[in-house]
This record gives sequence, C-alpha cells and structure tokens, in this order.
Amino acid sequence: MNSKTEPTVNLELALHHGLTKEEYEKILSILKRTPTFTELGIYSVMWSEHCSYKNSIALLKTLPRSGKRLLVGAGEENAGLVDIGDGLAVAFKIESHNHPSAVEPYQGAATGVGGIMRDIFTMGARPIAALNSLRFGNLDNNQTKHLLKGVVKGIGDYGNSFGVPTVAGEVYFEDCYQTNPLVNAMAIGIVEHRHVASAIAKGDGNIVMIVGAATGKDGIHGATFASEEISEASEAKRPSVQVGDPFTEKLLLEATLETIRAGLIVGIQDMGAAGITCSSTEMSAKGNSGMMLNLDHVPVREENMSAYEIMLSESQERMLIVAEPKNENAIKEIFKKWDLNCVTIGNVTNDDRVKVFYNGELKADVPAETCVLGGGAPVYYRETKKPAYLEQTQKYDLSKIPEPENLTAVIYKLLQSSNIASKRWVYEQYDSMVRTNTVLSPGSDAAVVRIKKSEKLLASKTDCNGRYVYLNPKKGTMIAVAESARNVVCTGGKPIAITNCLNFGNPYKPEIYWQFKEAIEGMKEACLAFDTPVTGGNVSFYNESPNFAVYPTPTIGMLGIIEDKKFVTSADFKQHGDQILLLGENRGDISGSEFLSVEHGIVAGDAPYFNLNREVILQQCTLELIQKGLVCSAHDVSDGGIVVSLIECSLLSKKKFGFNVTFNTTDIPLYKVLFGEEQSRIVISAKEENVQNIFSLCAQYQLPVSAIGFVTNDGTMKINNHIEISMEKASVLYFHSLERKISS
Amino acid sequence: MSRLPKIRFGIVVFPGANCDHDAYYAAKNIFHQDAEFLWHKDTDLKNSDVIILPGGFSYGDYLRTGAIARFSPIMNEVIKFAHSGGTVIGICNGFQVLCESGLLPGVLLRNSSLLFSCKHVYIRVEHSHSRFTQECSVGEVLRIPIAHGEGNYFAEPETIRSLEENKQIVFRYCDEYGNVTAESNPNGSINNIAGIMNAAGNVMGLMPHPERASDEALGSVDGKKIFESIIKNFVLQTV
Repeated sequence: MNSKTEPTVNLELALHHGLTKEEYEKILSILKRTPTFTELGIYSVMWSEHCSYKNSIALLKTLPRSGKRLLVGAGEENAGLVDIGDGLAVAFKIESHNHPSAVEPYQGAATGVGGIMRDIFTMGARPIAALNSLRFGNLDNNQTKHLLKGVVKGIGDYGNSFGVPTVAGEVYFEDCYQTNPLVNAMAIGIVEHRHVASAIAKGDGNIVMIVGAATGKDGIHGATFASEEISEASEAKRPSVQVGDPFTEKLLLEATLETIRAGLIVGIQDMGAAGITCSSTEMSAKGNSGMMLNLDHVPVREENMSAYEIMLSESQERMLIVAEPKNENAIKEIFKKWDLNCVTIGNVTNDDRVKVFYNGELKADVPAETCVLGGGAPVYYRETKKPAYLEQTQKYDLSKIPEPENLTAVIYKLLQSSNIASKRWVYEQYDSMVRTNTVLSPGSDAAVVRIKKSEKLLASKTDCNGRYVYLNPKKGTMIAVAESARNVVCTGGKPIAITNCLNFGNPYKPEIYWQFKEAIEGMKEACLAFDTPVTGGNVSFYNESPNFAVYPTPTIGMLGIIEDKKFVTSADFKQHGDQILLLGENRGDISGSEFLSVEHGIVAGDAPYFNLNREVILQQCTLELIQKGLVCSAHDVSDGGIVVSLIECSLLSKKKFGFNVTFNTTDIPLYKVLFGEEQSRIVISAKEENVQNIFSLCAQYQLPVSAIGFVTNDGTMKINNHIEISMEKASVLYFHSLERKISS
Repeated sequence: MSRLPKIRFGIVVFPGANCDHDAYYAAKNIFHQDAEFLWHKDTDLKNSDVIILPGGFSYGDYLRTGAIARFSPIMNEVIKFAHSGGTVIGICNGFQVLCESGLLPGVLLRNSSLLFSCKHVYIRVEHSHSRFTQECSVGEVLRIPIAHGEGNYFAEPETIRSLEENKQIVFRYCDEYGNVTAESNPNGSINNIAGIMNAAGNVMGLMPHPERASDEALGSVDGKKIFESIIKNFVLQTV
C-alpha cells in the first residue's frame, strides 16, 4: 500500500511522531503488519495526549459526571449538554489553545475561539455567549505585551466577526506563564431538545460529506504539537498553527444549523484537532460502523497534497456530515446558498474499519475503535510524587511579614496590580452585546445573558486562581470551583454544571502528576458539594518552559440558571444610605494573597482558608436572600481581599457611591482584615428596612453576618475612620493601570 | 394605537451580518412593527417601507469594510429605493456600506486607537428636523453602545463643510453633559461625527447601535427614540 515517495515506516519514524516504542508495537499488533505512512500519521495524532487523554482519562473518570439535568455524559459528544427546561438545552464547553497561542498569539487565540464555537454548533446549538480565561507572564516584559495584544485581538476579531458576544473572562499575570501563556476559550449555546445533533456515523450505505472550508496544509500535527513542551524549537512549529476565518465560520454556522433543523442529517462532527482523521474515526467508533473515504473528492487548497496531509490537516471551518443518500441534494442546496463547499467523499460501511483511498490506492485501513479514546487508545496511570517546593511554601512563617506602615499606600498599590486592576482594556475589544441578550456584561461577578424563548437567564463565569492551586493543588482547585459558583450566585443564579480546562505541566514528571491528581480530587469534592457535575472539557499538559512548569491551572467554566429576571443582581452599590453587610467572616488569612505578592514579592503559605461546608451554606443563603428581594448588590470577596471588593462595588456604581465601613480589629490586625483572602465571603448592600430580615435568614442558615457600614455619596471611601481613599485616584488607578502598562 | 398602520422594516442580510436578528427583534418585538429579512442575493425588497442595513461584517470585510457589499444584488435595489426617497438607515457596518455605495459621503477608517471598541458612549442630537430624530430635542444626549474597529469618520474638508452647512450631521460623540470633546471621541472621527444623513434627509448612517439600546431588559433604552422617530414620521405621512 505504500507509495514509493513516502518515508519508510519504522520505529524511528514512529518515535519521531511522538509515539513511544510500546505504542508503536501496539499498532503493529493491532494491524498485524507495518502501518502505512498515512496510518502512522493517524495513530500518532489519535494517540497524542491532546486527542486520547491517555494520561488523564483514568482520573477524569473519577469526577462526578452525572446528574438529572445532564442530557449527554461527559466526553460522549463534542460538548456537555444540560437541560434547562422549556424544551431547551444548553451546550457548553471550554478548551485550551495554549501552544498555538505561544508561537502565534493572534491566530492561536482566534482558532481557539473558532474551535470551541464549532463544538457547540455541531450539536445543533446556536452559540449565544463566549468566555475565556487567559494567563500571561509579567506585564513588564515586552514579549508579554506582544502575546497579550495578539491574543486579545485574535479572540476579539474572531468572536466579533462571528457574531457571538464575549461576555466574561479572567486574566492573570504571573512569571510562570512567561513563555507558555494559557488561552482557554469557552462557549455556550442553546438548542431545542428536538434539534440536538450527535457525532455519530451509522447506517450502511449512508453518505459521508465534507462541508465548509477547503483543506490545506495548515495545522498538520497541531494535536501532536499541543502534546509536547514549549522550547526554543517551538518557533519552528509555527506551521502547526491553524489560520482562522470567522466569516467562513459564520456561514458554516448558519448552514449547519439550517441543515440540522431541517432534519437532514444522521450525524455531524466538527473538525478541529486531527481533522478528518479524528472526525471519521470517532464518528465511526461511536456508531459501531466503518467508513470508506475517497480523498480524491476532498476540496483542497493546493495541488499535490498527500493522503497523509489531507488526513492530518487541521484547516479550520470544516465539518463531517453523515446523511441518508436521499438527503444529499437538499444538503447541497443549503450549503450552496451559503457559498460553501459540500462534497460527498465516502460512505458508511457495516464493518468496523475506516478505509482511506487516494489516487486509486488504499492508503489506510484501520479499525476505528482502535484509534479512539475509550477504545484502543492507550490509558496510563502515571507515577506521583509530592513536589519538593510545597515543603518550602507551606512552612513559610507568615508572622515574619511586617505590618505595613501606610495602609492607604498599599491599597493604591493593589489597585494598580495587573491581577486586580480592571481588565477594561481587554474586554472593550470584545463585542459583548451582539445578539442583544447581554444583561450583565464583563466587569460583573458573572456574565448574565437572557434567553429570548424563555423566562430564564444564564449566568456563567470562568475562574481559577493558579497561585492557590500551586500552593495547595487540592484546596486550590476546590476554591476555583467554589469561587466560580459564588460568582454565579452573586448575580442571582443557581450553579448547575461545570466544564473544565485542566492546564498542567508534563504528566511524565511525578511532581506534576501529583498536582494533577490532587486537583482532580479537589474538583470532585467541590463539584459533589455544589451539585455541579462535570459535563466535559479539556486537558492541556506540557505547559512548561525550559526551566519550570506553569502553575497548575484547572480553569472552571461554571454555568448557572437565573429563574427570573427580577433576581439578576450586580456588584455595584445602588443607593446612598444603603447598609453594607458582610456574609461570612473575616479571618485575616494573607497566605497566597495578592498583598503578599505585590507588597513583598512572596508567593508562600498555604492556599487561603477554605471550608467547603461553610461555602455551600454561604451560597445557599445568599441565593435565598437575593430571591427574597432583600439584596441591592452582591460581590464576592476574592483577590486583594475585602478592601478591593468594597472599592469595586463603588467604582462600578454609576453614580460613584463611596462607603464608610468599620471592621472589628480586636483579634485581627486591620491589614490582615483588609487584604486576607480567606474564602466564603460576599459583600452585599441592602435597604436599611431589610437588614433585620437578612440577619434572621442568616441565623437560620447559621451563616455569620455583620453590618460593616453604609453607602455614601461624598466621593470618598472610608475605613475605620482613619483610612480615606479618594474615589478619583482609585478610579484612575483601577481603570487605567493595565492600559498604561501595556502601552509603556 | 393599534389602528395605526404598521411599518414594514426590511432588514438586509449580508452573509456576514450579525446584528440582523437584533434589528429584526427590535422592530418586531419591541416596536411591534412588521419586519422582513432581505437576502443579499435577492432583488426583492418585499414592499419594505424602511430599509435597515444592520451591523456585522457583510462579506467578512477582509478588504475595506462594506467594499464588497455594495456590489450585492440587493444593494442595487436599496440604492434605487433610496434615490426614489425611501427611508434607509445604516447601523455600524451598514453605515460603512452606505458610504461605500455612495449613498452617503465620506469613509470610515480604522479607529485612531487601532483597536476594536465596544462600550456605551454618549451622542448629542444635532438636529431634530430629520425623520430619524424628530422625537428628540436638539442638544439631547443619548447613551448608546458602539462596537466597531472602523468607525473613524473621514471626508475631505469641503465635504465636511457642506455636511455642517446643510445640517446633515445628525449625531456627534460627546460627554454625558453634551460637551463635544476630544476625550469623548471614541474613534477619532472628524468633528466627533457619529452619524450623518444625505442631503435629501432620507438616508442616515450611524456607528452607534440604537437597536442595542431599545430594551429595558438590557438596561439601556436611549436608542428607542431613533426608531420611534422613524415610525412616527411614517405614520404621520400615511395617515
């Protein structure tokens, strides 16, 4: 079957493709012969970490992955699918595009958005919101500025043109992400139950069609590239990065939804990583079918592409459709209307093999099941070892930290920190309002979008403080789940499910795998406590620079439902004279805080205090307070501590309301009260006449609550009568610091 | 009120339009008028009374924004409709298409920041004698969102002079008190121009999105006055 021009397949070539010796031997035993060059390509991408989850799947299966709302199990389809009532379902998922963005930030980020959108609309859902989660190195570094500008423009240009609002996200800056930024993109879509499509190939004789963009030589081995560490050689991998075309994706969206809603398809899967290879083998394996493909019919961008290249191309904006032959013309009509390719390239067979023909030759003949995750793809349990650094960070004596002399100066410094300052420079480059559903936009605790066909609204948020996870992987991950849920609760939503994007270093290093294992344990416990099952997501290993790994960053994408628009609550103070209350209690835990990092350059201690039961109580009580109409504003306490939360409530208020608060400092020094990042706290404001009712309800929940002050309108923010923060100065620092650093 | 004739809004759908549904929703669900989508390959305006060229990225806009859209079959009909006095409003990308197709003078360049910008801005109503602003008062400040990368209005000095003299400048970017300042100009437009109309007063283009500021549920309703002006003007003409 081998053409003379193709390289000879042997162990050396297999190793060069990123396969191990054992994996190559496994291929030999499956095929009972030496694979062809095309087959080697197929197995190497399908068994890459990116497609096979070979080093993570065993642990991922320990996560809670079922619940009464889930319409498909995690990993069964291209995205999670959650029932929200009224015959509607929400498809949502988060995915990484870290490595492509490291070498080509604009296209890397753009195609990350494109890929996650296709995962949503391939299920028949119309995307209604995009979110993201980004990590970069120190913003003083010029390379960071280059990466940040490119990534933000890439996300913006793709989403803006595609026409989906980018409604929420998070951006952190830490040295560990210097050469390996993280770019995680999330999308949410809505579909009527009756229009849900599945990624399945079945029905002997049904046709297989390729639709959308033509296939080119871009992105070949993108999945393999995503499965190795970033190094100086990575720059040479730039051709592994795909090129995005949001206009074509918009056409593909409309044509795809039109086709699905007309009931013309049997199955459909988008082409992302590993292109035709992944879609054909996965769809076949899912339907216990085979597939015969003739690559001569695939629309290509250039002459003389080999079967290997066509099968491995990751050209964007393509889909594979399986349909009954009688619907062929109707499907072609729809794609013609949208000026897109739509070509029949093969058919479904009743055996279990994917056979690929090209120029009259059989180029590949593999059992579909052997290629895929859950089938023949390898599954590994890796060695773990508690990292040595934890010894150092956890025994660090925080009592050595001196009390700051000038608290006001520290507060101003915190407001300028890249991790705390407003990300307005970033999110104003995203169209956050297109499709006129955005009720709460970026800058809120969570984004809220309405659903025009329903009374309900969706709240969503991405979250992960990687520093906490670094200091305590298990607790840090629990906090990531808790905070994303808390954010949703603050907007009036009930958290219902999560998607996750697990960004870690090289899993073959036992210390890294220990972090991963601990993180999964933490996620499991937290998701069970909040009743937010994991609907799917993505694992990204090998996020390392030559000298160090990134902070373990298990980003959580939380989805919540707001039952009625009257429950929607925002963070900003609403009215002069309103009472300010703290739900939860201050403990003054500065470990892992932004204060330690900004003021002392220290990343040490444990992850901050966190108690899962207290968090559950806080969230349940807060939601009930909101639903009873007792709350005017709600904002969670997180990075920077309670002082930053209060200042944000003021700065976000339209009329620039200030506050006057007093904290009890009998047991805890004021600076620890202000800057501590212990979890499970929410700042609310309320009408004075409701305060008594709030206290009663909190008492029922046994939730600590304290009245700490009131909203003012004199243009200042006062703490314990001696700290006075100028609204004007705080506003300039908070809203303009990021922009200033980027352009300096 | 229910006896009054309904306006039929025709909303042009270029393949890369993405605010078409927003305009449709506003016309139909908020203002309770009739609305029809007009496919770019068609030549039938479906008896529309008012044509909306919505926001988006008409044909991808990899070339100049709107540069290809002007050649679409539907645009031939829109141009004829405009020349015969029909009401046409171009929002954002629609404004760019109007300029490209010669229905309005000038051009929209890259924002001076070189960045896409999505946020609420303030615009001042310069004239209330138009069919697009008759429900507003002169000097009134509206808070309406923008979302564009190329909204920097430019024209030759002579054109600008004539626009000013003929009172064709409908909206200018301003601060919340109505002061037209450099700081309140989000994209570098000459004379803070946010929206203009043709000399006959039947074709208007503007960068801000009134359809995004027409719904109480989204917390911003200043855009309603523009639609209400168009509707009332039409009703007065037909009654």
